[in-house]
Amino acid sequence: MYNAKYIAPGILIFLALFTLPFWYNFGAPKYERPALALPVTKTDCIEPRDVMAATHMQLLDTWRDMALRQGKRVYVSSGDKEWTISLQNTCMTCHVNKAEFCDKCHNSNSVSPYCWDCHVEPRGNK
Amino acid sequence: MKNSRRRFLKIAGLSFLGLAGSRMLPSSSAEAATAPAEERPVYRNGERAFNARHWGMVINTRAFDNAEIFAAVISACHKYHNVPDIASKQEVKWIWKAGYHETFTDQLDNYPAKSVVERHYPLLCNHCVNPACVRVCPTQATFRRSDGIVAMDYHRCIGCRYCMAGCPFGARSFNFRDPRPFVADVNSAFPTRMRGVVEKCTFCSELLAVGEMPLCVKASNGTIAFGDLSDPNSKVRKLLAENFTLRRKPTLGTEPSVYYII
Repeated sequence: MYNAKYIAPGILIFLALFTLPFWYNFGAPKYERPALALPVTKTDCIEPRDVMAATHMQLLDTWRDMALRQGKRVYVSSGDKEWTISLQNTCMTCHVNKAEFCDKCHNSNSVSPYCWDCHVEPRGNK
Repeated sequence: MKNSRRRFLKIAGLSFLGLAGSRMLPSSSAEAATAPAEERPVYRNGERAFNARHWGMVINTRAFDNAEIFAAVISACHKYHNVPDIASKQEVKWIWKAGYHETFTDQLDNYPAKSVVERHYPLLCNHCVNPACVRVCPTQATFRRSDGIVAMDYHRCIGCRYCMAGCPFGARSFNFRDPRPFVADVNSAFPTRMRGVVEKCTFCSELLAVGEMPLCVKASNGTIAFGDLSDPNSKVRKLLAENFTLRRKPTLGTEPSVYYII
């Protein structure tokens, strides 16, 4: 191999940088789902709990379009229950603690939705 | 050799016809049987919702003769909808008060009646039939609903302000800054807006959806009528039949849905 004195260190530096994320997280504590403050008064959400945890963003997106654009403001869930479509007046009347419910999970997953730039946080935070 | 090529083309043609033909047959019964009886989730209108084909407003300006009624109507709207109170050129307004010459710029008579000129008029979004704001909006953040309400989707607004340039009535306001500090008492039943979006009157579509009249109508003690312009028996149509009314800037052809009894 010619020019080995340049190429070999170059490969080494590349490998070190490339694998840096693995070294960085080596020995770090395992990711754990944050413990969320669930509503105390109610147990049933709009859809089953695992569905809500996985797809609430798509649901909220559809809710917004249905309510604003088509004027359909009632949602009949898969459990045949009726819900008024409203983030502030439906979701956040039960989930009154934004900091311990929404933020905790969003922060640990590094997502920053802009819902609360406009929508008003529930009073439960204060 | 000659024969086999001929046979190949025959088989290819037949199988093509067979495939194309099977597509045209009605779908098999097995598919229909697996379809669910009624799909969930379902989105629908509320049971108490007010419905119309063309919402419109008739304002009796003869009764708008004192500051109290203006204050009552404006504060009812602005308080509920979290409209910020900014006293500068960056002001945000959904419903406001103006003089005769500002309101009816198309009236060309040199000597209009004194009572009409001295009167003040409540102005708001006209919810036009041909809304200029909707035509110019590049993201469809503003749109005309099937009931005639020109609505805003703040999620989609990119703050280009074309609609403000397009609207001939000045009914749209831009949030030059975060409006939250300028909302004295935030109503937690309604969102605020954020910096960089345009806002305007919604004809209280969120209240119509739950069977309530718009807030300015409720606060006006009957001087503002609200109803379906397409229904000849509605209250608004009766008022229009009985009174002389004006619309703002009719020559522009936007067809406002707000009428002023003079």
